[in-house]
Amino acid sequence: MTNTPLPSTMSGTLAAPAAGGFFRRFRSAPSEPHFAKRVQFNSPLLPYLFLAPQMAIIFIFFYWPSVQAIQSSFYLEDPFGFGSTFVGFANYTDVLKSGEYLGIARFTAVFTALVTFFSLAIGLLLAVKADGVIKGNATYKTLLIWVYAIAPPVAGLMGMMLFDQHIGPLVKFAAFFGWDIKVGLDYNDTAFAMIVVSVWKQIPYNFIFFLSGLQGIPVSVREAALMDCRSGFRRFWTVTLPLLAPTAFFLLIINTTYALFDTFGVIDVMVKDKAANNPITLVYKVYMDGFRGNDLGGSSAQSVILMIIVFVLTIFQFRFIERRVHYN
Amino acid sequence: MAAINITNVSKIYAGGVEAVKSVSIDIADGEFIVLVGPSGCGKSTLLRMVAGLEAISKGTVEIGDRVINDIEPAERDIAMVFQNYALYPHMTVYNNLAYGLKNRGTPKAEIDARVAEAARMLEIEQYLTRKPRALSGGQRQRVAMGRAIVRKPAAFLFDEPLSNLDAKLRVSMRGEIKQLQKRLGTTSLYVTHDQLEAMTLADRLVVLNGGQIEQIGRPLDVYHTPASTFVASFIGSPAMNLLRGTREGNQLHFGSQVLDLGRPAAFPGQITVGIRAEDLRIATTGEQALTMKVDYIEELGAQRLVHGTVDGKKLTASLSPEIEIAETLALSIAPERLHFFDADTGKRLAQPFAPSESRRVERLEIAGV
Ligand SMILES: Nc1ncnc2c1ncn2[C@@H]1O[C@H](COP(=O)(O)OP(=O)(O)OP(=O)(O)O)[C@@H](O)[C@H]1O
Ligand SMILES: [Mg+2]
Repeated sequence: MTNTPLPSTMSGTLAAPAAGGFFRRFRSAPSEPHFAKRVQFNSPLLPYLFLAPQMAIIFIFFYWPSVQAIQSSFYLEDPFGFGSTFVGFANYTDVLKSGEYLGIARFTAVFTALVTFFSLAIGLLLAVKADGVIKGNATYKTLLIWVYAIAPPVAGLMGMMLFDQHIGPLVKFAAFFGWDIKVGLDYNDTAFAMIVVSVWKQIPYNFIFFLSGLQGIPVSVREAALMDCRSGFRRFWTVTLPLLAPTAFFLLIINTTYALFDTFGVIDVMVKDKAANNPITLVYKVYMDGFRGNDLGGSSAQSVILMIIVFVLTIFQFRFIERRVHYN
Repeated sequence: MAAINITNVSKIYAGGVEAVKSVSIDIADGEFIVLVGPSGCGKSTLLRMVAGLEAISKGTVEIGDRVINDIEPAERDIAMVFQNYALYPHMTVYNNLAYGLKNRGTPKAEIDARVAEAARMLEIEQYLTRKPRALSGGQRQRVAMGRAIVRKPAAFLFDEPLSNLDAKLRVSMRGEIKQLQKRLGTTSLYVTHDQLEAMTLADRLVVLNGGQIEQIGRPLDVYHTPASTFVASFIGSPAMNLLRGTREGNQLHFGSQVLDLGRPAAFPGQITVGIRAEDLRIATTGEQALTMKVDYIEELGAQRLVHGTVDGKKLTASLSPEIEIAETLALSIAPERLHFFDADTGKRLAQPFAPSESRRVERLEIAGV
């Protein structure tokens, strides 16, 4: 599972994981002016040398596999590795005509929307509550950062345990109300558990970014709002949230990607290879068809489709949502 | 518009710091009060308690006839201008001005009218559609003022609103604030550490020291009859000269130098004598004088500040640039221009000379004396 970096400070400066216009603007979001240090290189080759490791990683782990996937999506691979046949768009038409695939796509959309929404909403709610308490208290701040440091692996494990058939407290709690949760057996129960655990895992991450964003809002602006607006709820909607928008937008992208891809592990544990009656997402389907079903061509076509979906989604987010984001 | 009555107000921060100690100020309707004092004396704390941004530990604050101790900041009918302007960065200038009115349910037509009026007054009409980041510091300052004006509050609160501006702009904005306040007639409480700003803006000055009021009075009264050595050295530039001396009979002794008062005075032996730099002049021959050893000169154009020592103690004289400066100067001062302070407490002692003194003192409310 990929791990996105920790906020470098709690003051609102976020070290975003990639270059590019959006992240550059995002990094310079805090109010203090940020002067780039200009370094002169003696040899024109040296800067490229410094860039080389990063470029190599991007190339080996991103561009090259992408090209490979696109290529093999046009071939029918022999299951036993004896050569392959060019089939044109057949892999694509097969996938898109399959009712099963469309069902999984529908579930993926619902799953992604719910996981993104709830992990953002709960993370924000907790951050707002914490922000009210810790105002400037360094000890609390440090303690809350620890949550992030230990959270993802442990939280994942704890989430699984909540739904354990024998010891899971959530299962027992539900049984109390006559709901017999059967993760891995009942479609809806599994879907429910998958969403809860995925949200649960992502909350600490969102929490820490939101908290950091909240702390980056100047105290005097909040005080001005306090004198201009009586209702705390209205102040939140009209002043706090708009000023948090850069953080929220960044997290929206990260969380969408998380729900689409990084929930693989959660799904894998829950469906325990019995994918037949269980809800799975598109990524899991790629894995199932490619590595279990040995249908490399079809699996490649699916990953190309997934790539296109992410591409379109990202463009949509930047074009229509980022426009409303106010960068300081 | 309303009077503000601050009665025995104290602020004790968590951790036991007493930042404001039992302060009482009665501010008349429409009055411009300036809180002035050195850094950390509790000016901001006092202002923020009136604003409702800081809880009042003891005492009461009344605005109009309401005790506002437990009233929400937004309900106190006040507007505040912050040092760093605190504009809403995501709103246009228009929305920055309109925000407080919208939240109070003011009809749209009236909001438009009030914003237009404030914008015209402050000459920010052409910026109404811009965001604050596209404005200069001075323009932001105006928007911050506009945000306070449109609300038509009972009182304006200012916390060092000019300290982020350059010197020239500060002087012109100072004038504008004063004019605007006179025109609107809104009761104002203004915090600054700049004594010149305080002198020029205030109807009455409140000099704070260590959370306590040293003196309240009209700027010129405070200047001419400072209630203590603290006020004497804080108000006025250059600061008043303070010399330790002893009285023997009718004479003041500064080490080997002697000044004859010419009449008896009921002072203790040890006293602190205050001399304004501009009250010193070159002694004519035969006149009694203090001999100053000149160290250096500051040219201010219209006048010249001569720094030196009298009997090893620092003294500054403000002299006309025409006067030639020698290594040593004989300076004289009219005895009725001298200020006398208790050598231990620093409190002002009654002056034996100035006949106008008693009249002045009546108008002063000298706290703690
Ligand atoms: N939150 C706080 N907790 C404890 N002490 C505080 C707090 N805020 C201010 N103080 C203390 O109270 C005193 C008065 O602070 P205040 O901000 O009112 O000073 P000021 O007169 O406005 O100074 P300046 O001119 O530097 O702004 C200071 O000694 C300060 O250290
Ligand atoms: Mg202050």
